[in-house]
Amino acid sequence: MTPLRRSSTSHVAIAGAAEAQVGQALPGLSAADVQAEAARKALGDAGLTTADVDGLFASSTQLPWASVNLGEDLGIRPRYTDSTMVGGGSPLSHLLHARAAIAAGLCEVALIAYGSTQRSVGRAGASVQERDPWEAPYAPPLPIAAYALAASRHMHEYGTTPEQLAEVAVAARRWAQRRPGAWSTKDLTIEDVLAAPRVCDPFGVRDCCLVTDGGGALVVTSLERARTLRRPPVVLLGAGEAHWHRHVSSMPDLTTTAAVDSGARAFAEAGLTPADVQCCQVYDAFTITPILFLEDLGFCAKGEGGAFVSGGRIAPGGALPVNTNGGGLSYAHPGMYGLLLLVEAVRQIREEGRDVVLGHGNGGVLSAQATVLLGSEAAAS
Amino acid sequence: MDRSPADVFAEHARRGELAYQVDDEGRPVFRPRVGLEAWRVSAGLGTVYATTVARPRDGEPYNVALVDLDEGFRMMSRVRGIAPEEVAIGMRVRLAWEDEVPVFEEETAPRQSSRLRLQD
Repeated sequence: MTPLRRSSTSHVAIAGAAEAQVGQALPGLSAADVQAEAARKALGDAGLTTADVDGLFASSTQLPWASVNLGEDLGIRPRYTDSTMVGGGSPLSHLLHARAAIAAGLCEVALIAYGSTQRSVGRAGASVQERDPWEAPYAPPLPIAAYALAASRHMHEYGTTPEQLAEVAVAARRWAQRRPGAWSTKDLTIEDVLAAPRVCDPFGVRDCCLVTDGGGALVVTSLERARTLRRPPVVLLGAGEAHWHRHVSSMPDLTTTAAVDSGARAFAEAGLTPADVQCCQVYDAFTITPILFLEDLGFCAKGEGGAFVSGGRIAPGGALPVNTNGGGLSYAHPGMYGLLLLVEAVRQIREEGRDVVLGHGNGGVLSAQATVLLGSEAAAS
Repeated sequence: MDRSPADVFAEHARRGELAYQVDDEGRPVFRPRVGLEAWRVSAGLGTVYATTVARPRDGEPYNVALVDLDEGFRMMSRVRGIAPEEVAIGMRVRLAWEDEVPVFEEETAPRQSSRLRLQD
């Protein structure tokens, strides 16, 4: 493995990770309750208490001041707070921001949390909808229409097929079938995906992520501190974020996302290449998204993503395990999926013996991108 | 700034003009945004860049498209006059209006009357 550019003294590590209320939350729980429960579980996982935390990071479609809710609910008075909201990948950006805050001495133990009751309250009730005067007259059902437009362009330019999109959904389902707690575990074939009711061409319902409740949390601190805690550290080897547009009508090229930049930044910092990555957790809001991101992150050339995911390559037993819990398509998608993909990345390192796992988060309409490379201590040394 | 970009755009739209901005180097810009003062009027011809059919559970399917205007800017719109799934990437289209909302028709289609267009 090529040597890392960052000196190990500046590394931060994930010392605790947990999920809460994934699937259907208990009646009466709010989004703030879900993130608070996840945060307490993650602290317990790390062997820390709320008294140890001095940095709070949180986001939710339902809580514009999420980190402030988190402080109140846990009785934490942080000296650093960050409710950055950049869509579904926000927790990956939080990880990057937490590292910066820790490196700057602005906090020592950061809690990154997320909670949603999107399923319980209904999707419309879970999000503040911005009305965009330049798109609203055409009533695009968002976000799906934006991803559908991107898929139409990818199919036109590169010959990507509905069957190749369906491969992504089938792979996710096969992973979910191996994961206790996954929301959708019934057998699913490519034919099933193609025959499912259409929502927004070329997508049917099986091309779309789930609508569930749930949340998660991470405890992040310096690698030195993490080494003294109860779980083996999961080291942040590299991270990058990028965004090029907010609205799909302003996206420069619908087949290429800012993951090109976020991924390049993360790989450069870690001194790694896609060939070093043993497992990927990439945001799968719709079946086109892993195809776009695997291309943009350098796992295959632009336009080859459809062929790349075919033949079970990203499914159990395939050459590149992708979304090993079943992803947003089959495991759970509580409004924003970013924190759950990080928890799964941590699990892959702790329990499956992986040394390098990539996490990629996406927000909005292929808008805000964040990439992290996580590794075992062996990978960081 | 004495008027909002949306206000300038709307005034053009009332005259049946699709207005767009240009930056300091003369490059076309759309969506209209603050900080740019130079406006141009498009000839209203373009090409479908991306297209989808929205299929609401209760209601008729409809087209949503991104159109590249020949002047070099892109906008979201709808291609009307044909079945939504017949709208194809690469199709040449021309501007039409529904009230003051710019939509498009196939360039080869006979011009529809602008019965929905407001009079100045």
